Amino acid sequence: MRDIFRGFGAVFYKETLHVRRDFGTLFFSLIIPLLQMLLLGYGIDTNIRQINTVVFNADGRRESRELLDRLKNSDTFHVVRYIDSDAAMNNMIIGGKARVGIKIPVDYSDRLLHGMSAQVLVLIDGSDSSVAGQAINVTTSIGLDESLRRVLASDASFAVEMRPKLLFNPDSRSPNFFLPGLTAILLLNVTTFLTSFSIVREKERGTLEQLFVTPVRPMGLLLGKLLPYLGIGFFELLLILTFMRFAFRVPIHGSVFLLAFLSLPYIFVSLSLGILISSKANTQSEAMQLAFLTILPSIFFSGYIFPRETMPKFFYVVSYFVPASYFINITRGVILRGAGIRHLWLDGLALFAMGTFLLVIAARRFHNKVITA
Amino acid sequence: MAREALNAYQPSDPAISARGLVRTFGKFTAVKSVSFEVAKGEIFGFLGPNGSGKTTVIKMLTGLLPMSGGEATVEGLNVRTDSERVRERIGYMSQNFSLYPDLTVTENLTFYGRVYSLSAQQLKNRIAEVIELNELGPYLNRLASQLSGGWKQRLALGCAMLHEPKLLFLDEPTAGIDPVARRQLWDLLFELSGHGITFFVTTHYMDEAERCSHVAYIYYGKLIADGTPNSLRELPDLQPQGTIRVEITTPEVTRALRLARQIPGIRNATIFGQSIHALIDDSLDFDELREQLSKSGIAIAEIRPLAPSLEDVFVELTYKNQGNGNSPEGGSEAEAKRA
Repeated sequence: MRDIFRGFGAVFYKETLHVRRDFGTLFFSLIIPLLQMLLLGYGIDTNIRQINTVVFNADGRRESRELLDRLKNSDTFHVVRYIDSDAAMNNMIIGGKARVGIKIPVDYSDRLLHGMSAQVLVLIDGSDSSVAGQAINVTTSIGLDESLRRVLASDASFAVEMRPKLLFNPDSRSPNFFLPGLTAILLLNVTTFLTSFSIVREKERGTLEQLFVTPVRPMGLLLGKLLPYLGIGFFELLLILTFMRFAFRVPIHGSVFLLAFLSLPYIFVSLSLGILISSKANTQSEAMQLAFLTILPSIFFSGYIFPRETMPKFFYVVSYFVPASYFINITRGVILRGAGIRHLWLDGLALFAMGTFLLVIAARRFHNKVITA
Repeated sequence: MAREALNAYQPSDPAISARGLVRTFGKFTAVKSVSFEVAKGEIFGFLGPNGSGKTTVIKMLTGLLPMSGGEATVEGLNVRTDSERVRERIGYMSQNFSLYPDLTVTENLTFYGRVYSLSAQQLKNRIAEVIELNELGPYLNRLASQLSGGWKQRLALGCAMLHEPKLLFLDEPTAGIDPVARRQLWDLLFELSGHGITFFVTTHYMDEAERCSHVAYIYYGKLIADGTPNSLRELPDLQPQGTIRVEITTPEVTRALRLARQIPGIRNATIFGQSIHALIDDSLDFDELREQLSKSGIAIAEIRPLAPSLEDVFVELTYKNQGNGNSPEGGSEAEAKRA
């Protein structure tokens, strides 16, 4: 039984030497994710505010100005210019200078004063769906609110009042939502690249072939390669978490130990993925391309940016095969919702199973490639 | 088949025995039923042009590549069924030395020692022995990448012999290293071979082939010569009935060669430094030949009979085999790499 891991100790010894010797590469592979986090953490705001808006107020009287004030106070719209023709409004939107155009017709105040229904035209640039959605929501709710206040006596209360309360992220801070997901992506990046490169380098140098003439077994080789990088990946995770907690002040509601523990199977999966890549790729540039291939699905099908539940059926199923899906559920669960092991054990188990599966496939591929049974 | 023809070499207890080795890559046959035996303690030189299947044969014998046909035993073990144990008993040094450039000499040795599961004490002793034998002492803490070609090769050899294999495969061990290092390596090989280690060496250098105790020549997947260097020189094919090999020394080799090729009775001629090696009919008298050449104003210093070199042997055998329809099919080395 010990035999199938033969060579593990030797490879582990050698691999730690490689890592120590090549400290520069290690340093950069640890530091670059932190820089990316810094960049994305400060640069990206998932809340949509201050949409550039152009206003054509053909009426101009008090009622119309009141409406505009309410729109401006919503924090959603930022009026970049007031203009006085439909053509100018269209032009601004087509030119990308404004995403929303609001036109108040000349008879707006008159119709209101006579108890008739007044119309306001809201033109929305549909080329960015989240901006458009936000603009529709805010304008309709302000319109509804305005109507109700006019229909009811000003001191009457609404029959039904919704009281939404945002759990876990009450201020809806973007970093709180964004960074736990980003952790998964950054970790995947580092670990997949490191392992796949470390094996492909041996292919390029011919040392892998040399190893296959020795009694080293594929499992011993692969685990010996994997373990040092598991340590590096884990260290990277701790760095990222520290950064997230103290630089971005994202509170961790659950147990840090649980998070660290559940990150191990995830790092294991991404390392195995790197090894599988290296069983296919013969050069470092091939490995790089294959590694990139794994990153896009991890970003788009993992729920990191778009919720998995709203995906088309097919891609929803696909998302179950993306390791980042599980880990993002784990990071958001522990960090934001304070989830415990009883909520998340299945995700951890799924990751561990995926990692083992990938590693066994990779070992088989190495075995079949060079070793006579 | 060359073996039976020769019958000059009779191994007793073979270190390697290959019977009808075949390797195909798709429709292409890289190795065509190759059989040979290597006795213990021999230095077996395996020669052939690039792409003729040398590396493919090594890969099959070391278990890196499955055989498509045939049987092979290495150190008495069947390569097909016992590759695990075969790998413990052999050492292999590939063409590019396969060292870890970012590890020091000691670290490279330690790694390979651990790969063979040597105990701490064994490891210490063997590393000391290997360092002594390969004179690596002054370079222990140097990174492998900073060693010159000759020292890289010594380190690679050291790594390949740490576990005291009885049989070492060296794939072009002297390619690209300086002549001094080349000679030192051969001295080392002789010394080790004196201790009963068998060597399977591929090379392009004819002078190295001459040093081997047993040589075989593979030409596009087919073994066309197999025997001791001396027995090969005496092959009847080389010196057809009624011919003699001569060396003609002259200051004007180029012009002399042109003329010599027109003289009836000279079968083929080629330049070797300041002389011409030619195969001539023995009916052609030396004096007559000298006269014919000096008629055209060429001063001949000397004409004397010559034993064929191994190069002559391989050239002759190659011509013969091309005549038999063994034309090169090309690309075998590339095919081997793809696999």
